[in-house]
Amino acid sequence: MSGMLKRPAAKSEIPRRTGRRILLLIFFGVLPGAAGILSMMKGSVSIPLSEIWSVFRGGSAGVHEQILWNIRLPRTIVAALTGADLALSGAILQAIMKNPLADPHIIGVSSGAGLMGILIMLAFPQFGWLITPAAFLGAMGAAVLIYLLAWKNGIQPVRIILAGVAVSAFFGAGISALLIFYSDRVHNALMWMVGGLSARSWPHVDLLWPYTLAGLLLALPAARHLNVLQLGDELARGLGLHVERTRLFLTAVAALLAASAVSVVGLLGFVGLIVPHIARLMIGSDYRFLLPSSVLLGAAVVMFSDTFARTAFAPVELPVGIIMAALGAPFFLFLLRREL
Amino acid sequence: MILSVDSLCVHIGGREILHNLSLTFPEGRRTAVIGPNGAGKSTLLRSAAGLCTEYDGRIALNGQDIRCMDRQQLARLLAILPQGAAAPADTTVRELVDYGRFPYRHWFRRADGKADREAVEWALSVTHLESLQNRQVQTLSGGERQRAFLAMALAQKPKILLLDEPTTYLDIAHQLEVMQIVTDINKNYHMTIIMVLHDINHALQYSDEVAVLKDKRIWAQGRPGEVLTADLLADVFRVQADVFTNRLGAKVLCPVALVHPAH
Repeated sequence: MSGMLKRPAAKSEIPRRTGRRILLLIFFGVLPGAAGILSMMKGSVSIPLSEIWSVFRGGSAGVHEQILWNIRLPRTIVAALTGADLALSGAILQAIMKNPLADPHIIGVSSGAGLMGILIMLAFPQFGWLITPAAFLGAMGAAVLIYLLAWKNGIQPVRIILAGVAVSAFFGAGISALLIFYSDRVHNALMWMVGGLSARSWPHVDLLWPYTLAGLLLALPAARHLNVLQLGDELARGLGLHVERTRLFLTAVAALLAASAVSVVGLLGFVGLIVPHIARLMIGSDYRFLLPSSVLLGAAVVMFSDTFARTAFAPVELPVGIIMAALGAPFFLFLLRREL
Repeated sequence: MILSVDSLCVHIGGREILHNLSLTFPEGRRTAVIGPNGAGKSTLLRSAAGLCTEYDGRIALNGQDIRCMDRQQLARLLAILPQGAAAPADTTVRELVDYGRFPYRHWFRRADGKADREAVEWALSVTHLESLQNRQVQTLSGGERQRAFLAMALAQKPKILLLDEPTTYLDIAHQLEVMQIVTDINKNYHMTIIMVLHDINHALQYSDEVAVLKDKRIWAQGRPGEVLTADLLADVFRVQADVFTNRLGAKVLCPVALVHPAH
């Protein structure tokens, strides 16, 4: 400790730190590309890289063109978009709630989407096409409800977290009740509660990308605001930040991102909580680097996990949520131990 | 730039913290606010800095109500270092000081990089932090960390600097160091300083004005040497004190014992 304190600061340390972070960011940028290519190559049939390349160039109509265009590519894009959305949402929430356990669950997104999605799935299966919009409305509704319940002369993160726990428990009771009432149809609901990407295609891509784009455009310029919010409400206010306004705005952005992702793929946990932490452990807590890192890592993690989920136990396909938690949690613990 | 408080009443959780308090902080001077725990010192400072807006009365900068001012504009005129300031552990000193430039940045307009850099360099140099600027906050000692947060407030280039117990938890050398930095800033840059202090002798040595708070209001006000007497300590803090003259010829108060309720 004393050795650390006496160490003279090198003049070149700032460029070195920034340089290291930029290198890491480039590395994080390569990951989604690699995961995406892997995701398109692997599956029930393997498609060689050369064939993917020629299909993309609009060249020869290989035997696998249909699989690639109609199944693998859209599914890979959905994986990337949901991963990016959830990780970005979690990274934002961790700063505005000043709580390391903050993730899209605590603003009610998962429980709201879960209740509405499962209600449609089990009680009104004839309206199956309503699952995604209903889940989206449920997610946003729950987020608004929690925000209103926590409001009392402004928002305190702790009150949001506690209100979130209470509302989630309440909705969770509804989900459990539905699962018991309709226990004969539970299978699909279970798959959806873990989060899965099977049969996700172009319509889902179309649903997702506007939210991802809007979320990125709104969140990335707010990196400095998030940095200042991390200093705590008092210091942030003293620095001229409209703390309540910023928190409301960014909570709304996080809710939209998470709601769009969850309504399409189901209650995918883990990404929103752990990926921002992995990014933080590797690149530090400066949001100018942390936000893009979370987006890239989130996309890569979901794409990679989905590839694994499809191929590891073929022909059985596991929901991606299970794989992600099973692979990601040990990796996260490894990073955490190394840090301590 | 004169900060004035007029008929300030503050209630927190249904309890009255400040009652009809009026006070003007003279420009370019160091004003110490002292008083027992719970007298409302921090509340006064936080209200004056615009951190808490739930009050009756009026707080004005050069006559303009601060509640009507834009927050960013206010942060360019007035900086506050609250108690217990904290930052993410891996923030470097320079990054922290750079956050002090936040009031000068806008969503879509390009930042004035030169002015920002100069302000940060200046803040680092007056707080003697140049050699520590690339260290992470978690590796700093308490005194260095307090100087880093002080530098962040200074990077705002405020006309008025408010400090809430800036020397709490510091050893005696670091306490004097912080007080000396504050005095230098006041003398060299004519910055108005308003600080809540607990150490009566710091108030005697390092302030030009003193305001004594007790029971939600101003108990006494004036030049420290005249206001801070053994009698005042007995009245306000219920402490018996001896008066000495130190080797610089300045008055020093030494608390000796609690005033017995029977006296």
